[in-house]
Amino acid sequence: MWQHILLWPTQASTISRQVDGLFVFLIAVTGGVTLLVFGTIAFFAFKYEHKKHPVAEPIEGSTPLEIVWSIIPLGIFMIFFLWGASIYMFEAKPPKDAMEVYVVAKQWMWKFQYQTGQSEINTLHIPVNRPVRLTMISQDVIHSFYAPDMRVKADVLPGRYTTTWFQPIKAGKFRLYCAVYCGTDHSAMIGEIDVMEPADYQVWLQGGVGQGSMAATGQRLFQELGCINCHRSDVQGRGPTLQGVFGRPVLLDDGRTVMANDDYVRESILVPGAKIVAGYKPIMPSFQGIVSEEQLLSLMAYVKSLSTPPPAEPAHKPPAAPPSAAGVAVP
Amino acid sequence: MATATQLVKKENYLNTDYSIKSWLLTTDHKRIGLLYLVTITLFFFLGGFFALLIRLELLTPTGDLVSSDIYNRLFTMHGIVMIFLFLIPSIPAVIGNFFIPMMIGARDMAFPKLNLLSWYLLLGGGALILYSLINGGSDSGWTFYAPFSTQYSNSQVIAAALGIFVAGFSSILTGLNFIVTIHRMRAPGMTWSRMPLFLWSSYATALVQVLGTPVLAITLALVFLERVFHVGFFDAHLGGDPLLFQHLFWFYSHPAVYIMILPSMGVISEVIPCFARKRVFGYAFVAMSSVAIAVFGFLVWAHHMFASGISVYAALIFSLLSYAVAVPSAVKVFNWTATMYKGSIHLRTPMLYAMGFIGLFTMGGMTGLFLSALGIDVHVTDTYFIVAHFHYIMVGGAVMGYMAALHFWWPKITGKMYSEFWGKVAAVTIFLGFNLTFFPLFIAGYLGMPRRYHVYAPEFQVLNVFSTAGASILGIGYLLPLIYLFWSLRYGKPAGNNPWNAAGLEWTTASPPPTHNFEETPVVTWEAYNYDQLPGMPEEEEAGVSGN
Repeated sequence: MWQHILLWPTQASTISRQVDGLFVFLIAVTGGVTLLVFGTIAFFAFKYEHKKHPVAEPIEGSTPLEIVWSIIPLGIFMIFFLWGASIYMFEAKPPKDAMEVYVVAKQWMWKFQYQTGQSEINTLHIPVNRPVRLTMISQDVIHSFYAPDMRVKADVLPGRYTTTWFQPIKAGKFRLYCAVYCGTDHSAMIGEIDVMEPADYQVWLQGGVGQGSMAATGQRLFQELGCINCHRSDVQGRGPTLQGVFGRPVLLDDGRTVMANDDYVRESILVPGAKIVAGYKPIMPSFQGIVSEEQLLSLMAYVKSLSTPPPAEPAHKPPAAPPSAAGVAVP
Repeated sequence: MATATQLVKKENYLNTDYSIKSWLLTTDHKRIGLLYLVTITLFFFLGGFFALLIRLELLTPTGDLVSSDIYNRLFTMHGIVMIFLFLIPSIPAVIGNFFIPMMIGARDMAFPKLNLLSWYLLLGGGALILYSLINGGSDSGWTFYAPFSTQYSNSQVIAAALGIFVAGFSSILTGLNFIVTIHRMRAPGMTWSRMPLFLWSSYATALVQVLGTPVLAITLALVFLERVFHVGFFDAHLGGDPLLFQHLFWFYSHPAVYIMILPSMGVISEVIPCFARKRVFGYAFVAMSSVAIAVFGFLVWAHHMFASGISVYAALIFSLLSYAVAVPSAVKVFNWTATMYKGSIHLRTPMLYAMGFIGLFTMGGMTGLFLSALGIDVHVTDTYFIVAHFHYIMVGGAVMGYMAALHFWWPKITGKMYSEFWGKVAAVTIFLGFNLTFFPLFIAGYLGMPRRYHVYAPEFQVLNVFSTAGASILGIGYLLPLIYLFWSLRYGKPAGNNPWNAAGLEWTTASPPPTHNFEETPVVTWEAYNYDQLPGMPEEEEAGVSGN
């Protein structure tokens, strides 16, 4: 068992150095104060032991001292607060150029879906030195994506997307745990983060291509499920067009404005009546129980692709739109 | 010790009636305190037994002692029993019940029958939890996180939750009784500024019990409705919000930490002045810090949720407030330390426990500062760092305080002295065993070992072996008092009214006290901790080791 002993977790991401820096600072400050308190107590217990110091001197207290030992700790705490908050704020803002991976957690496995179409279970392959952003959802209970070597943890909730990101700084295989207790095999819900050199990653990408990119899969679903009948690429459909919608504010029927983000798209598919776009009728059926979490993510990737300027490729080539709009499935 | 010579012993609350009925229907706050003492001691050793099995399982990285399902039930039942059936009632229900009326010079609680009802409610809650245990136990974790607890768990979640629900009312009624008693029953001259600090912290605790516990009851009722009737509060598939559960749960369960620790702080504020023979340093600041902790304690709950997907701005505010609540705790530690300055210190058993409390509580508090720092919390939350941190507060702090209280007031409760030698041995054993059990877990946590893992990676084994070794020592440390305190009941030397020459009204009456506490209602004309006007502490007899 001794050969495995570990004294400091590997620093495998950019953020891990920041976290460790604050951790060491906290150990130094709190360790120093703790030793001071222990030392003082031990010293008093020795020096004023009743045999040496038979009569106690009555001391009431000291207001200036109370103020001093309230204000100084508070000042030190504010340093801890600001430093900790700055790391958290940094963690909360994924870089714009981050590579995106979708994560679906379920009792007791991790599923990863790549924009490029690959999907994997329990192993996340990513290239070194490139920020990766994870958009995560759970199919059942709460899980938590925990990569201790990256110093990153984010709970994975049912019914709502959460995100986290990190930028690996060294290649290798790193630990992945579920950190929120999720039932019988919680401790078996572990995986691996395989950080690869860019060339190796390219090779890996070639190998695992499945059925085309996520957006393409989403587009196929968009047709199969008949979404395309109403959400046409022009503005003539019975539903609002989805061209350029993602990431922009949407005006609703009741006058509110919401941001068209992951959760909005998800809700619009599962509970269409919750938020009706201004000028449209609540006629869309719910797809709850019809589409899986993975399919939802593909649909989302497709909707997102409709708003991303560069891929003006065939991704959203308007098919020979059936003007009938009679709800008949496209032949 | 001869017993025949004591035939003409004075009547006290113990020898006034020996029938079972006189105990089960008693409204004497002292007898109710003892009923609680017996009850929670049983629960403590039950919870300890689960801890023993957990630590044995974790001796090796593989799951070789019990199955995952059993392991999950073990840590769940350990948490539920220890928190709701031992720690929450511990000092308030045993020491508070026994001594709050005596410390304010009253004959009993404001509502003696309600007091008895509180004990029966704890028994009822305990019985439901035992029922859940016998039928396989719950595996929801003591935190009952939804939707796992409401939709996915196949265990006795409802029975366990109902048990906690019922035990919660015991806590509410006890708190209510304390508030009214402290307001209405104080003896003439016992002004608020003359009250011993144990009363201030008991009062602050009672406020939290009365205001916080109903929220727990509501939360558990919602779990019940969702699990049994599938009403969607928390499960996203039913239209609920899983984070709502966590907000509601921690709104009670963070303040509940203060229900556990504030009474211990009050005990320390009694013990240190007595064994340093001087007034507590900065009385008003220590008193007010208890109230400040109780108030701020309600405003920090979401620091349990920094990695759960709450908004960044909410996290910033809760981090800031968590640092605010640390200030009054720090003030207390500094005041206790300053109380020892130029004192005349007697390192007797209660004092050793009190010093142990300060040490372990300080460690727990300091690591709390790590967890309040957002960037650190994300990495260490839900790891063994958290497990170590809250055991330092709730076992290192709260249980050490409880042990200090038990050893300080034992002579008053029973009229007997325990073996000072074995008392000291146990105090040191518990302190060392505790640190060996839980300090390695801080390291395991920072290395990334998630909590509630039945099977873990081999690199964590060394630390876990240390921890299990420490737990064995800790277990022996907790068994020792059980033996020598029982022993003292029969063989202990008579304590006399005031074996420590301690200040406080409870020491002015007989040990054990008469049923109505005082021969006549005391009139208070002095400040608390007037040790400069009291005789010194009697010397510990060197030959008193074996007590015969």
